[in-house]
Amino acid sequence: MFIYALKRLIYVLPVAIGVSLICFMLVHIAPGDPLISVLPPDASADLREQIRRSYGFDRPLPIQYWIWLKNVFQGDFGTSIATGRPVVEELRKAIGNTIILSLIATLIGFFFGSLFGFVAGYHRDTVIDKIASFISVIGVSVPHYWLGMVLVIIFSVQLGWLPATGAGPGGSSAWVWDWTHIKHLILPAITMSVIPMGIIARTVRALVADILSQEFVQGLRAKGLTDRGVLRHVIKNTAPTALAVMGLQLGYLLGGSILIETVFSWPGTGFLLGQAIFQRDIPLLQGIILVLAMFFVFLNLIVDVLQSALDPRVQRG
Amino acid sequence: MIEQKTIPLDEYTRSPSYWAIVLRRFSRDKVAMFALAIIILLFLVAVFAPYIAPADPLKGSMLRRLRPIGTPGLPLGADELGRDMLSRLIYGARLSLFMGITPVAIAFVIGSSIGIAAGYLGGLFNSLTMRTNDIFYAFPSVLLAIALSGALGAGVTSGLLSLTIVFIPPIARVAESVTTQVRKLDYVEAAKASGANNFTIIRVHVLGNVLGPIFVYSTSLISVSMILAAGLSFLGLGVKPPEPEWGLMLNTLRNAIYVQPWLAALPGVMIFMTSIAFNLVSDGLRSAMDIKS
Repeated sequence: MFIYALKRLIYVLPVAIGVSLICFMLVHIAPGDPLISVLPPDASADLREQIRRSYGFDRPLPIQYWIWLKNVFQGDFGTSIATGRPVVEELRKAIGNTIILSLIATLIGFFFGSLFGFVAGYHRDTVIDKIASFISVIGVSVPHYWLGMVLVIIFSVQLGWLPATGAGPGGSSAWVWDWTHIKHLILPAITMSVIPMGIIARTVRALVADILSQEFVQGLRAKGLTDRGVLRHVIKNTAPTALAVMGLQLGYLLGGSILIETVFSWPGTGFLLGQAIFQRDIPLLQGIILVLAMFFVFLNLIVDVLQSALDPRVQRG
Repeated sequence: MIEQKTIPLDEYTRSPSYWAIVLRRFSRDKVAMFALAIIILLFLVAVFAPYIAPADPLKGSMLRRLRPIGTPGLPLGADELGRDMLSRLIYGARLSLFMGITPVAIAFVIGSSIGIAAGYLGGLFNSLTMRTNDIFYAFPSVLLAIALSGALGAGVTSGLLSLTIVFIPPIARVAESVTTQVRKLDYVEAAKASGANNFTIIRVHVLGNVLGPIFVYSTSLISVSMILAAGLSFLGLGVKPPEPEWGLMLNTLRNAIYVQPWLAALPGVMIFMTSIAFNLVSDGLRSAMDIKS
């Protein structure tokens, strides 16, 4: 298990370097002079020269990448054009909110997804299966940003039960676990949970149906085990894969929260990314993408290792 | 005298081809057929938009901004600039379908070429291409699409380019794994032994066996692509105003949810309908191909 973890880590390193390379190139694929895309429009000639030197724009690309990478490792992601503050500072404020939102959404999605998946898999090819499967198709097909709008229309505009935007009263962005804040979390979390729900339901349904058709289940039944006893075995066999899918979904949500955070003005990394795009704040964009992508890469690694610890059959070569 | 009838041997001996069976199973799937009908209808609406739409989708009037659904003369109301909503939804099918399907189509061609080549040739070429592929695959798809089009700036071309780059890696990955399986089969070895060159083997023996699964997998990406393409426009990337496109319409109407909530939600209904139809067709194709069960 330790050796497997080490092997995966060695395999992940080149991927991580490649990911950083793509993030580095974002400044250069932006149309026009890269210097212009990282400079505020009213920059003085002094600042211009200073930034040119700190980014090394007058040096060849590989050296620029090296300088950038060194800065990143020292926690220097550059300066946001729009606010003039370091990108790291902006990120630190936002990332907690995104983690809370994605985590809650993943848990909700996992709960309902497993429930629908189990019910559908157990009653395969019946009306119940059709209904549960249809719900999961809806889950993966619905444009979630639109679902967010519809929920706001129903619960905020028409019924007035829940706040439409923000993470707390008065647009505060610091998270506290109390009812006024949780009220703000409900709609975005439900909206976001629909995606993992659909995917987990599909996965669990296929797994359950597959396990139930295996011989050992027949053996258990022949041995006189009750339905509940069989269920325990089925859960034990589905859990590793279902949990792995859940872990990956958490990563997707962390990285893909931009649309939902924009709809709800949720002050997380996605919302920040939206602002960065809107203001063409390329250093901020680059920093956010790098952090989210790295998060995803290493989350994948952790999920892989944990899954192999739970179920040694799945070790990848 | 009894008339002698010669029956071609074929009719008895030849069993229906794999694809004929798949097609027959697919055409018996009522849900998939219904979804396919919706997609065809949407295409017809897009193609014949000028003949169907009751009004000019770009012509607004400040006097009738944000009219509710069911206003006389405006069956689905008017948007924030007083443009006829029904006409905009009809015309919107053009860009929305184009933006959703094109990236998957291009990625299908490029991704399967890369994947088949990597899977067939194996060795160093395989390692190099597939490891590069892994790097792009390491991004959550939404994040990669937004990162690329965020850096490239708004516009149809940069939107299409970003989405195509997002869909090449997953398709290449599927293509590679299917091809690797086929390459190891005996008849490919036999073809090699009989002196066929790589090009002939790929064309005759490999393509026919791998394109089907890759194609079906690609169709499952269209729904994601529709949602993502509209999502880019929703964020202000992708299509630029005043073009009618569902994601962009959703974006510009977002501020109107307190005035005309259901009007603002209409473009999303179109995106939802399209994406679910593509998903159902893709599911139908997949289960039709799964002949064993």
